[in-house]
Amino acid sequence: MNLTLKIWRQKNASDKGKMVTYPVTDISEHMSFLEMLDVLNEQLIEKGEEPVAFDHDCREGICGMCSLYINGEAHGPDRKVTTCQLHMRMFNDGETITIEPFRAKAFPVVKDLTIDRSSFDRIQHAGGYISVNTSGNTQDANALPIPKKNADLAMDAATCIGCGACVASCKNSSAMLFVSAKVSQYALLPQGQVEATDRVLNMVNQMDLEGFGNCTNTGACEVECPKGISLENIARMNREYLKATIKG
Amino acid sequence: MAKTTFRKSSVGKKVLMALTGFFLMFFLLQHLTINMLSVISPDMFNDVSHFMGTNPIVQIALQPVLMFAVIFHFIMGIVLDLQNRKARPVGYANNNAGANTSWMSRNMIISGLVILAFLVLHFIDFWIPEMNVKYIQGDMSGLLEPGVADSGYRYFEELQHKFVSPIRVGAYVIAFVLLALHLQHGFASAFQSVGARTNNNKTALQKFGNIFAFAVPLGFIAIALFHHFTYSH
Ligand code: HEM
Ligand code: SF4
Ligand code: FES
Repeated sequence: MNLTLKIWRQKNASDKGKMVTYPVTDISEHMSFLEMLDVLNEQLIEKGEEPVAFDHDCREGICGMCSLYINGEAHGPDRKVTTCQLHMRMFNDGETITIEPFRAKAFPVVKDLTIDRSSFDRIQHAGGYISVNTSGNTQDANALPIPKKNADLAMDAATCIGCGACVASCKNSSAMLFVSAKVSQYALLPQGQVEATDRVLNMVNQMDLEGFGNCTNTGACEVECPKGISLENIARMNREYLKATIKG
Repeated sequence: MAKTTFRKSSVGKKVLMALTGFFLMFFLLQHLTINMLSVISPDMFNDVSHFMGTNPIVQIALQPVLMFAVIFHFIMGIVLDLQNRKARPVGYANNNAGANTSWMSRNMIISGLVILAFLVLHFIDFWIPEMNVKYIQGDMSGLLEPGVADSGYRYFEELQHKFVSPIRVGAYVIAFVLLALHLQHGFASAFQSVGARTNNNKTALQKFGNIFAFAVPLGFIAIALFHHFTYSH
């Protein structure tokens, strides 16, 4: 396949940046989107040009680093995949593909297509944990009976990889899906109860401080999330938040 | 850690948006019911209008609550929209929003502002004249001709007069079409905001919301058209 790529180039955080057009040749339809970008970068280096900076790590859909806005959608046109799992067979020979970084005030661009998602880390630090002593005589997790339904829902919520596609797709740059997944995975389990009140208040507070927008329930996040995190988690977080506010 | 209050947090604002939305939807139903009487029986419409217009509980307790809900809802809606725009200072060159969201959900502010424009017109049309007659001129009788006891109530007459103008009826229709779009998203959205939507009830909520969003505005439109085409003098 031969393609035309329109890619966001930005030297550093303070550079204004712009879309630049590159042709790329000899792409196999079996390649992943990131492999296609590797080929582009090789071709750029051969020509003596600066390669395009983009994030990636595991290349198997679990780390959440490979965050690209492709043809107007987070992680591209396919559903429930990250950019590293997106195959070039989703595109046609001769197609023009736009590639942009995830956009949000809380996700500033570092260089080209790489962004700073440390706002997510700070939200996690605000309450996305349980306090357990690691003294050596920790209680066996299986000793606590947990309804199968709740275990499954908690597991589903815990599959969130923190990629930020929910924020990128949301017209409000809201982080509700991410935060609600992190709140839900604990809210559904007995281990999460002790700190439940502080957790939801602190995490929502940190989310607001980071400059994410307000959710208007458009549902873009759920459609674009590579892990299929459900909007139900947002409703659950809203309940948890109401409960916590009443408890104080 | 510095905690934002409920009212200032993003979740809290959404909940308040939803609660005022619920209240307004309930109010719409009540309003539609009374308007329907104007088609069924002018006398009944007159009696109920007079009751609503002069009952102290309605006037002193419920009316201010309604005003507060409307004002709160649209100011908060505008504030949220402005905040949300700021959350993405650099936009996308290519954004395929239609791939994952409905037009209605993305444009609540547009449908909302059209409804607001209509509400202003509605105030000038009905509310200000009512307040003038009742509280400035001090005529609480509700009679067609002040002081003439057998002249009958004025409400039905006034209603019919309003719907003579095709321009007013046109504006009315447009506003209610936009209200339908607002509620097509807003109904189920409000349940989500207060945490009441689940994967089990979401399909039912959306279906019921669609019916509500279609039927209520259609009712208002039908009544306006009925008076427009049946009135003759
Ligand atoms: C009778 C009139 C109205 C009714 C019944 C109504 C109803 C609703 C409902 C049920 C919602 C969903 C709330 C939620 O998602 O939690 C909503 C959202 C919204 N409304 Fe209204 N509304 C009305 C008038 C207005 C007006 C005049 C404006 C003016 C700007 C407006 C602006 C908005 C906006 C921007 C939203 C989305 C905000 C968000 O989801 O956070 N609405 N409305
Ligand atoms: S909720 Fe989905 S889209 Fe959002 S960060 Fe988690 S995995 Fe990514
Ligand atoms: S590179 Fe890890 S999820 Fe794509």
